[in-house]
Order: sequence, then C-alpha cells, then structure tokens
Amino acid sequence: MSGLTKSSIARKVVMALSGLFLVLFLGQHFTINITSVIAPDTFNEWSHFMGYNPLVQYLLQPILIAGVVVHFVMGFVLEIQNNKARVIKYVKYNGGANAPWVSRNMIISGAVILAFLALHFYDFWVHEMTYKYIESNPEDPTRYYAETVEKFEPVWRTVLYVISFVLLALHLLHGFASSFQSMGVNNKYTPGIKKFARIYAIAIPLGFAIIAIYHHFNPITH
Amino acid sequence: MGILDSKIPSGPLADKWTKHKNDINLVNPANKRNIDIIVVGTGLAGGSAAATLAELGYNVKTFCYQDSPRRAHSIAAQGGINAAKNYQGDGDSNYRLFYDTIKGGDYRSREANVYRLAEVSGNIIDQCVAQGVPFAREYGGLLDNRSFGGVLVSRTFYAKGQTGQQLLLGAYSAMNRQINRGKIQSFNRHEMMDLVKIDGKARGIIARNLVTGEIERHSAHAVVLATGGYGNVFFLSTNAMGSNVMAAWRAHKRGAFFANPCFTQIHPTCIPVSGEHQSKLTLMSESLRNDGRIWVPKNLKDAEAIRNGQLKPTQLKEEDRDYYLERRYPAFGNLVPRDVASRAAKERCDAGFGVNKTGEAVYLDFASAIMRYGKEKALTSGLKDVDDHTIRKLGEEVIEAKYGNLFQMYEKIVDENPYKTPMKIYPAVHYTMGGLWVDYNLQTTIEGCYSAGEANFSDHGANRLGASALMQGLADGYFVLPYTIGDYLSKDIRTGKIPTDSPEFDAVEKEVRDRIAKLKTGKGIHSVDYYHKKLGKIMWNKCGMSRNAKELQEAIDEISALRADFWENVNVPGSPDTKNQELEKAGRVADFLELGELFAKDALTRNESCGGHFREEYQTPEGEALRDDKNFKFVSAWEYNGEPKDAVLHKEDLVYENIELKTRSYK
Amino acid sequence: MKLNLKIWRQKDANTKGQIKEYPIDGIDGDMSFLEMMDVLNEDLIAKGEEPVEFDHDCREGICGSCSLQINGEPHGPDRMVTTCQLHMRKFKDNDTIVIEPFRAKAFPVIKDLIVDRTAFDRIQQAGGYISVNTSGHTVDANAIPINKEDADDSFYAAACIGCGACVAACKNASAMLFTSAKVSQYALLPQGRIEAVERVQNMVRQMDLEGFGNCTNTGACEVECPKGISLENIARMNREYLSAKVKG
Repeated sequence: MSGLTKSSIARKVVMALSGLFLVLFLGQHFTINITSVIAPDTFNEWSHFMGYNPLVQYLLQPILIAGVVVHFVMGFVLEIQNNKARVIKYVKYNGGANAPWVSRNMIISGAVILAFLALHFYDFWVHEMTYKYIESNPEDPTRYYAETVEKFEPVWRTVLYVISFVLLALHLLHGFASSFQSMGVNNKYTPGIKKFARIYAIAIPLGFAIIAIYHHFNPITH
Repeated sequence: MGILDSKIPSGPLADKWTKHKNDINLVNPANKRNIDIIVVGTGLAGGSAAATLAELGYNVKTFCYQDSPRRAHSIAAQGGINAAKNYQGDGDSNYRLFYDTIKGGDYRSREANVYRLAEVSGNIIDQCVAQGVPFAREYGGLLDNRSFGGVLVSRTFYAKGQTGQQLLLGAYSAMNRQINRGKIQSFNRHEMMDLVKIDGKARGIIARNLVTGEIERHSAHAVVLATGGYGNVFFLSTNAMGSNVMAAWRAHKRGAFFANPCFTQIHPTCIPVSGEHQSKLTLMSESLRNDGRIWVPKNLKDAEAIRNGQLKPTQLKEEDRDYYLERRYPAFGNLVPRDVASRAAKERCDAGFGVNKTGEAVYLDFASAIMRYGKEKALTSGLKDVDDHTIRKLGEEVIEAKYGNLFQMYEKIVDENPYKTPMKIYPAVHYTMGGLWVDYNLQTTIEGCYSAGEANFSDHGANRLGASALMQGLADGYFVLPYTIGDYLSKDIRTGKIPTDSPEFDAVEKEVRDRIAKLKTGKGIHSVDYYHKKLGKIMWNKCGMSRNAKELQEAIDEISALRADFWENVNVPGSPDTKNQELEKAGRVADFLELGELFAKDALTRNESCGGHFREEYQTPEGEALRDDKNFKFVSAWEYNGEPKDAVLHKEDLVYENIELKTRSYK
Repeated sequence: MKLNLKIWRQKDANTKGQIKEYPIDGIDGDMSFLEMMDVLNEDLIAKGEEPVEFDHDCREGICGSCSLQINGEPHGPDRMVTTCQLHMRKFKDNDTIVIEPFRAKAFPVIKDLIVDRTAFDRIQQAGGYISVNTSGHTVDANAIPINKEDADDSFYAAACIGCGACVAACKNASAMLFTSAKVSQYALLPQGRIEAVERVQNMVRQMDLEGFGNCTNTGACEVECPKGISLENIARMNREYLSAKVKG
C-alpha cells in the first residue's frame, strides 16, 4: 500500500481506478438483480452461476473485495491527509459558493455506503458463506429468488437500503465523472462522459431502490 | 565633462557593442565561483541579470521586498515588447528601432546605448521563446506582432494584455533554475536600506528582513540595483503600492549621481480617478489605441451635459465629436507618442471638454473598430446581407479576442460596459525615464555599483516609447550587464570574500538603525499616507504634465517644508522588530520627500520642453514642445550635497553622430 | 455605506490569533476592497491602534500578492477578480464581512492577514523552468512554429498569478491547480516537452512535500481562480504524471 500512497496523484489514480471498477461492478450487480423483478428463473440461474463458478468465487470475488477495501482505506487515508493540510479551519467557510455539496462530502456518502455494505454483507454474503461452507448445504439452484424477496419483507431493511441507495447516487454523481479527471481524461468527450456518468449515477441506484421496494410490496405468499 | 565619463566605445555605431565585448576583460569560470554579486530587485532587469550572472558562475544573492520575485511590478506591463525582427516585412531594422527610440525620446538619450538596445532586441525574443514564454501566434504558428505608439512599423511582440507577466515569469523561471542549482540565494521580503562602500567601492548592502525586522549585513564584490522607477513620488501612479526609490536614493546619497529626475512619463490611457479614496491608478494598455479613437465633445455645452449626466456619449452625433488627436496629428493620429497624447488630453480637459464628474477624462471609443471588424468578419465568414446588430456582435467578438481581459478589468473597476459605451480615460504617471546615471557599462558613479532597467536613466531620453521598457529591462539583464560587470570584476579575483564585520558595515548599519529609530520619534499627528498624498498633490499639480518656473519653485519650497513636518510629526505605529508595513512605507515616503525636491529642481533647471518634460514657457504657437538643443542637449546628473535642492549639477553632453536632430513631428 | 468587519488579528507566526470586530462607516461603492481596508487602517492609526497588515502590491490584479478570504471565499464573492479588484459595490449597507487569511498548513500566517506562500516558489524551483541558458544564442524565435491553439492554451495556463486562491478555496488545501498550470504551460510547447518527464515528477514531489492536500476534483479552485485557470490543466498534469511514471 505504501507504494501506492507515495504521491498525491498516484493516490488519486488508485481512488479513480478502484472507484471505476466498483462502478462497473454495480452495473453487473444491477443487471443480475433486475432479473429478480422481471424473470425470477433467470435470477436463480445467474445467481447460482455466480455462487458456484470457481472463476467468480476464487478470482473475481477476491478482486472485488480487494477493490472495495482499497477504495475505502484510500478514501479514509485521503480524508485524514486532507484534514491535516488545513490545521486551522476558517471561521467562515462558504464551500457551497464554489463546489457542490456532493463533491465536498464524499466521505459522508462514502461512510454511509460503508455502513450499508456491512449490513449488505451480513444479509447476503455472510449468509452465503454460512450456507455453503459452514453448514455445507448441498447446491440448490432455485433458492436465490425466494431468499432475496424474503430479505425485503421488513420495512426497516427496505428503508435502510433505499436511503443507502440515495447516498450511493450522490457518491456516484461526483465520483464517476471525477475518476476520469483523475486519470487525466479531460477533452472534447468530457461533456459526454459527464452526462453519461450523471445518468448512470442516478439510474443504477434508482434501479436498486426500485428492486428493493418492489420486493417489499410483492412478498412471496406461502 | 571630467567626472562624467560615459565610456562609450569608439568606432562605427553598429560595431561599438561587438568591439566592446571583444575588448573587455573576462573572469575565468573557476574565479567566478569566488565572486559574489548582490542584485536588488527581481523584476525583468534584476531577475534576468541574477539568472544570467548565476548561470555564468557567480554567486548571486537577490533581494526583493515582495514575498516572491515573481511579484515585481514588471508583471503589470500589458502591451508588449519591441524587437527589430522585421517578421512583418514592413521595413523594420535595428537602425529603425534605434532611430524611433531616439526620436521618441526627443533626442535626449545616448546613441550608443540605444543602438545596443536595438541590436540585442531580437535576441530577447529568441531567448524568451526558448524559455517557454507563450507569445501570441498567428494561425500559421509563427509569432504575431502589433503596432504601438510613435512608430510606423509593427514590431511589438505580445502575450494578450499580459506580456510583462509572461516575460517576468520567464525570468523568474530562469532564476528558479539557478536557485535550484544553489547559485542564487533569494532573499524575499527583504528591503535594501543602504549601500555599503569600502575604499570607494560598493561592497554590500544593509537590508531589513521585513518579517522579523532584523537588520542584516550582506557583502559582495558588486551590487546591482534593478529596483524600478520612482513614479510613486506622485502617490497616485500605475506603479505598485510598494514601488519605491529607496535603494536608488540610498545609492545616490552615497555618491551615485541621479540623472534627469524630471523625465517622467505620464501615460495617456489610464482609468480616471474616481474619488479621494483612490490608492492607485490602473493603466489600460496603449495597444488599445490601435483600435480605439480618442475624442471629446466639440461643443462645451455637450461636454457639460455629459458631465451632468443629461447626455450619453453614444447619443452625440459624429459631427459633434472632436477626435482631437486625429485632427492635430493626421499622420500618426491616435498612435502619437505617449507624452503628446497625454498633453493633448490635458489641453482639452483644461479647456472644459472633460467628460466625467471631475472634468478630467476623455473618451476612448471602440464603436467604429467594432463595426469595421464586424464587417470584415461577416465577409470572411461568408455571411451576406447581415444587419447592423449582427455586425456589431461579430465585431465585439473580435475586440474581445484582442482585448478581452482589459475590457473586463475596466468593467470591474468602473462598472460600465466598454463594448456598449466608450471608455473614459485620463493620463496618469506611469514610468520614469530618469534614474541613476550609468555609463555604457551600466555602472553608476560609484565603482562596483551597477544599475539596470527602469532604475537607470540610460535609454529612453525624455520620453519612452510603448513596449520599450520590457525590451530595455531584459536587454540590460540578460545581455548587457552580465558582460560588462565581468570587466570590473576581473580585477577582483584575488580579493576573496568581503567580511561584514568591518567598520564600514558597522557605520552604515548604525545609520540605518538610527534612521528607523528617528522615524519612530515622530509626534504621531499624521499617518504616513497623509504625507505621501500631500506630496503627490504637489507633484501632480506643479511637476506634472506641464510645468512652469514659478510653480516649480513653489514645489521645492513646499516639499522641503513638508519633509520637515514629516520628520517631526509622522505617526509610525507598531514595533520595528516585527512585520510593520507602516514603518516600511515611512522609510519609502521619507526618500520620496527628498527625491521630489530634486525632481522639481531638475525640472526648474531644464529651460526647454522635451518629451515628458513640458515647460509652459517653452512652446510653439500651436502648443507643441519647444526643445532647445543649443543649451540643453545634455543629461543632467545630480550629485548629492546635503539638502536635495543643493544638489550639484553635472552635465553629460549628448553627441549625435548618426542621427540628425530634428523637431519631433507627428503631424 | 456602513459595514461590520470581522477581521483575523494575529501578532506573529507563534502567537494565537482571533477574530476582532471593527465597525466602519463612509464606505463608497467605487472603492476597491483594499481601499476600504486603507480607510480602516487610517482610522486605526488615528486612534493609536495597530493597523491590519495584509499583502498587496500592484492593486490591478496581476501581481498575486493580495490574498484575503472574504466571507468564506478567496478574493470574495465576485468572480474572475483578485481582492484588489473587488469593489465595495458588491456589498450592501450594514453587511457583516468576515476577513481571514488564506488557510493551509503550507501557508503559515506571518501576521494578521499575511501568509507565507514560499511553498509555491519551492514548487517552481523544483522544475518550473526550461533548462536553457540565457545567453540569447539559441535558434530564431520563428524556427519552430507552434500551433496557435497549443500556444493559446499554454498562455492561458501561464496566466496563473500564484496568489494561492486555489489552495484557499479547496476543502483539502490542495495546490494541484497551481502546479498543473506551470506543468501545462511547458507541456504544451515543443520547447518544454524535452524535460516534461522529469519536470512533472519533480514538481509533484515538491508539492506533496510542502504539505498541501490531495485533489478530490471538487472544482472549487477553478471557480475561485481570479484568472480562470481551467481544471483541464489538472487532468493534463495527471496524464503527464502517469505517462512519466510509465516511461520511468
């Protein structure tokens, strides 16, 4: 990690690359999730593939976890360093005059997302690990849909998820386009990239939120 | 002559500099490492000199009162830098640049110096481009030029309206390279308080650390003063607030002659004074006169109506306007030299045609340029049958591309849109041609004390042409001083480090401390600014754009009295052992109070009108300047002798072998 | 116009500072902000108090000396101006104006509103130059044509006045806009390309050593920059830096 944090620009690029990777992952995650609303069988099929394919499990999953860890650790490191760069704060600071709230408060949106991730891991990942490796249950390619829908039965979880998705949207609103700037991309395509990033930043979390709400209001009747 | 030896090399004009460079002594590289040079001031002249001297191998210490060398006031020069490159193929040459400069200076500068300036001017551009100065370019990728006042060719290189900034940052970058190599030690927020002489030679300075208030001794084998001009003696000028004469004046009091102090340039295109609170004046680049037309109303009642706000300038019909420069000087029109343009504005305003509340402003109008460019643009864009509105819009875009930052600056200050209504301008003090007397080698009358850039008097005579200050600063710093100083230093290779614990350093330091202590003993009745403003009023009213014997004598007496009042009653709060801006100002104003008197005396002595020095007693029936070559074809070099008014005049006769003296005419 | 000024007063670098209130009257809209400060200082001097110290010099927006944080923004509420070009007509009668020094660990306070910005000089010294001798014996200025667009972009980057507003505005006190402006000026010119690889690495290293924060692309610097230096320069510097690292 020390090599990566040596220079400010390297740190930026690490944030950008890990962030972009997570953005891509969000897209993939969303694609699978949306099938739970439109085609439960496909959802089961894909989920099972993701859960048992060795390439996914032993290569992509660790990479994803590493990406998440790097992004968060680096985010906190940057925040601490940046705080140190201004020891005495302004008595009056009008940050809103020159930069949007979202760009100035990535640490807040990021921290909320981190808290959400803990819940989310507990809800799904820990459950999976327990199911597969601790209890050593047999493979069941049809269980995923029901398990997912069941999770959204309680109002509190649905609300927490939706709030987190809002924060995720805010985080992406700045982070997605910003990662291009960090990697040195600022040219005639930038307005297009920014527009796409904005749409993506709103559409994906909104989609996630819709899925959660949909399942909450459409429980499986036993 | 005797004492004033200008050391101009013999031989034909065009060969003098080359011959001189071949003749003078050099210092070998190993010895340069043992020689220290102090450079005071880090503008174009000081910065470029420091960088070049360090590059040659000398150990250089630079001093500036600003927090960084990059902030020296050269940075504010807008319009451009002249060079006889003849890229436009319009007949330019070294000789023409030389000729224009001598003529523009109203035949009061040295032929040999000016020719050298023209000769190295092309090198400056090559040098700056190699350093990464982003000059304006044409679409073909080559450098662009524009024309400036007082000349008939296009030889001015520019970087939008920020040429001085770009050139200074170029010199600063060259300095940084040497600082990084350890060859320059840069003392920022340091002010030179006095010059130390040992055995008649300049051997160091006393400086005040402006942060801690410490008084420091710095020794060297030679001292270069590149501390700019003294325009702030007028309080209101386009100089920076901190620009001052202290270093030059201290050197003057130690034996350096001060030349032509009354030769001051009043720039015609500045934003008029808005009220008593005014702290400084802002220049609008002379390049604006390329496209702007200067006028006042033809009728007094219109002028009055405009002043009262009953009439708008745009409502005035074409035939009711007096484009007085075009009327008086048909050949050069709005591009007459600065002194001529300034006096013409004053003449109209004094006659009651001024156009702002105070009656001290004229119009600079872009309406016709906007329409002209708009039509051109419409044609080249293939637009047909366009209405006036579109033409105007297209034209405004062209003007914005050329002068956008100046127009924006004007709008911020005045709160009027100069695209829609003519700008208001009035002359303001801008540059001082006078300064420390130097010989051909840029050495003052103190051995080992050199002066470069605006701080010396050498190249501009009685009036400087636009875009020549940057040229001179860089020529002195990059190409002249580093050579000529070697001739002097070649005798110093065995001297060794100059100790700072000598009685000479003790004595000067004590004087500096006593002076600071004395400033603190004022009775505390009036602030420093109070005195500075009073001095400025005297200077502007009696030593300004036009002068006469009676008022100049009054000025001498009033300044003398004001100086006595200052020392007795000034209020300098705070401690001298810390950052103390009032104390800094007080020291500077104290020197202005002496220089101002010498200025008036110089103007009183020069019974002729030439360039920026206009004596009402000496004018043609049409009101043009009347030069007296028979009696005043000399440089006035003043030797300090107690009170400024008791200064002793030495004359350096000006010899013109290559140019015929003519009455300057721009008609 | 009547105003209530709240100004940071600090005796020197080692003493703790605090905000002090100064009511002031008779301010004219045509005054610049610094002329308003002059009026205050003349009042203070007349009352036997110590005037407020602040950096200023050219008072025409080009030297980069003036550096006041006004109501939470560097150079105040107006855009594309320095403090010296900010005029009092931007304020209303009875406004309260909070005036502080530019704040950053790399910009320690010297006195009152004056900060030490020599960190900027050191960044430039680390590589903000082209290593040519100043002898003038180089190729003719027109020997290498430069595409107008690149020359113009280089100029726009070089227009930086080094005031430090970018650092002051940035929530992270990052100096990326300043550093990238110099890197860009040279990166865009053929003369500057020759040392581009070392330059960007050396300047970024020095920038980091000075204790400036990291850039998080909030864009506040660009908004507050009195010379309108573009964020594109930061992207260019990132690009230059990455390619320099790849090339080694």
